Amino acid sequence: MKKKISHILILAVLILFAFIIILPLVWMVLTGFKTNTELFLEPWKLPEEWKVENYINAWNAGIGVFFKNSVITTVGSTALSTLLACFAAYPLSRIRFKTKKLWVIIILGGLMLAPQSAVISLFKMSQVLGLYDSYVGMMIITGAFRIPFATFLIMTFYKDISVSLDESAYIDGAKTRQVFWRIIIPLSKPIIASCAIVSFRAVWNELMFANVLLESTAKKTIPIGLVNFQGATTTNWTMVMAGMVIASVPLIVVFLFLQKQFIRGLTAGGVKG
Amino acid sequence: MSRKGSRKTAFIYLAPAMIVIIVFLYLPIILNFMNSLYKWGAMSTEVKWVGFKYYKQLVEDDTIRVALKNNLVFVITSVVCQIGVSLVISAVLESKFLRRWQSFFRTIYFIPSLLMITVTGITFKMLYSPTIGLLNPVLELFGVNTSNVDILGSAKTAIWGVAAASQWQFIGYTVVLFVVAMQSISDDIYEAAEIDGASGIQRFFSITVPLMKNTIMINMIIIITGAVRVYDEVYVMTNGGPGRATQTLATYLYQVGFKNDQMGYASAIAFFVFIITFILGLFQMKGYDLGDD
Repeated sequence: MKKKISHILILAVLILFAFIIILPLVWMVLTGFKTNTELFLEPWKLPEEWKVENYINAWNAGIGVFFKNSVITTVGSTALSTLLACFAAYPLSRIRFKTKKLWVIIILGGLMLAPQSAVISLFKMSQVLGLYDSYVGMMIITGAFRIPFATFLIMTFYKDISVSLDESAYIDGAKTRQVFWRIIIPLSKPIIASCAIVSFRAVWNELMFANVLLESTAKKTIPIGLVNFQGATTTNWTMVMAGMVIASVPLIVVFLFLQKQFIRGLTAGGVKG
Repeated sequence: MSRKGSRKTAFIYLAPAMIVIIVFLYLPIILNFMNSLYKWGAMSTEVKWVGFKYYKQLVEDDTIRVALKNNLVFVITSVVCQIGVSLVISAVLESKFLRRWQSFFRTIYFIPSLLMITVTGITFKMLYSPTIGLLNPVLELFGVNTSNVDILGSAKTAIWGVAAASQWQFIGYTVVLFVVAMQSISDDIYEAAEIDGASGIQRFFSITVPLMKNTIMINMIIIITGAVRVYDEVYVMTNGGPGRATQTLATYLYQVGFKNDQMGYASAIAFFVFIITFILGLFQMKGYDLGDD
């Protein structure tokens, strides 16, 4: 009996906590459907009339362009970093050569470098290299910061693939290139998916480099676009909320459909060791 | 497998990633140190050697002290919530009577960590707002007089308001990490302890925590590093204000560099951030099993 009461209490606390987590999200979505007057006067009520226009207006007022820019930058950056990591992880886990340890240290050392301590140099470098205010610049720079973790993750996975697979392929006369593309890559699809999702999340949400490296409004990504949008339309809060809901949908959808890959990618860095 | 030409092959596969990392991760750190020895700006053409002057300025700068204090607020709240509270929640979620509901709670708790920090920031800024927010009406329900409550508008409370938003967002993230780690602990150990009469709390401290030591340590370092780097939350919610009350190292270096155009001094602050995060990183590396194949 006593046990039952404590179970109910624990459940109540968990539900309360879930409520605290959910409330701001629900408020955000509902406000996105309200009028500004309702927002000020009726904070607790459901919208009288569900204003889908808010979403359309937000999209047309700039979110649409930011969304497109975010998709371009994020897809490019994710593809670049994941591909380079797939390559780099291969010799680091499956080929014996002398200086390997050094390269592993360089890769892992990259994990320790804070983007914040590189941002000024990268701003200057991007201007010299013609990468300032360009999609390509954003892809390379945000992608570069994804490579260490991606390589670490993929390398750990490659190590667990049986070496006898490579060896028998070599005996049959296969080249390294063939072993890589026909054996290693197909077997690694799950970790590559996890890795891509983790990078996608990081780049999609990235604010600082977008703030510093992009100048023209036509190229800005959603995170920085929303900040400016919010500053520019201080009176139209409901539209800002609608814009934020639009910005949040892609990752939540990816998460709900690919939960397993998502969790595997996120936990690999924190649970190892 | 030591095949002829394997060294050359290795470098062909390594080169693209290594070039990108060295040019865009390592080189900026070196350049950053050199940049910190000159007075320069993005808007001006004047470049003047100043040596270590900016490092001396850094030590004497009051705003750096404010920033360090604010970063510390982030370190403490994040460790308490994202390690302490998260561990307790995940241990509870792993207890047998809750297993049926676990994935429901896990999914809900995790969702905020999928949002952009920008989105969380703007949402909480609005929630805290005395005119359109929900916080003050909620406090009024509990009988609090809210005529003077403006969390982000007051220098005393602003940083706590920002830190709270961040905890709301990321508690669920570590809950999921910890639950996954706890699932690898065998049920037999808990059952044996239960037969011996150990209470839930005893089992938590004498089985769960010790067996999760490594996971807890690595995440603690990752979380502390994140708190030292914190930029987005502050930039979006208060932009360092009111006054300089919520400035952190990262937002301050942004302001000094990109708003005040004192790039040299900003580079010195950036180097300071590098040193702190690098030292923390060394501890993190010790936690990973690098293996010598």
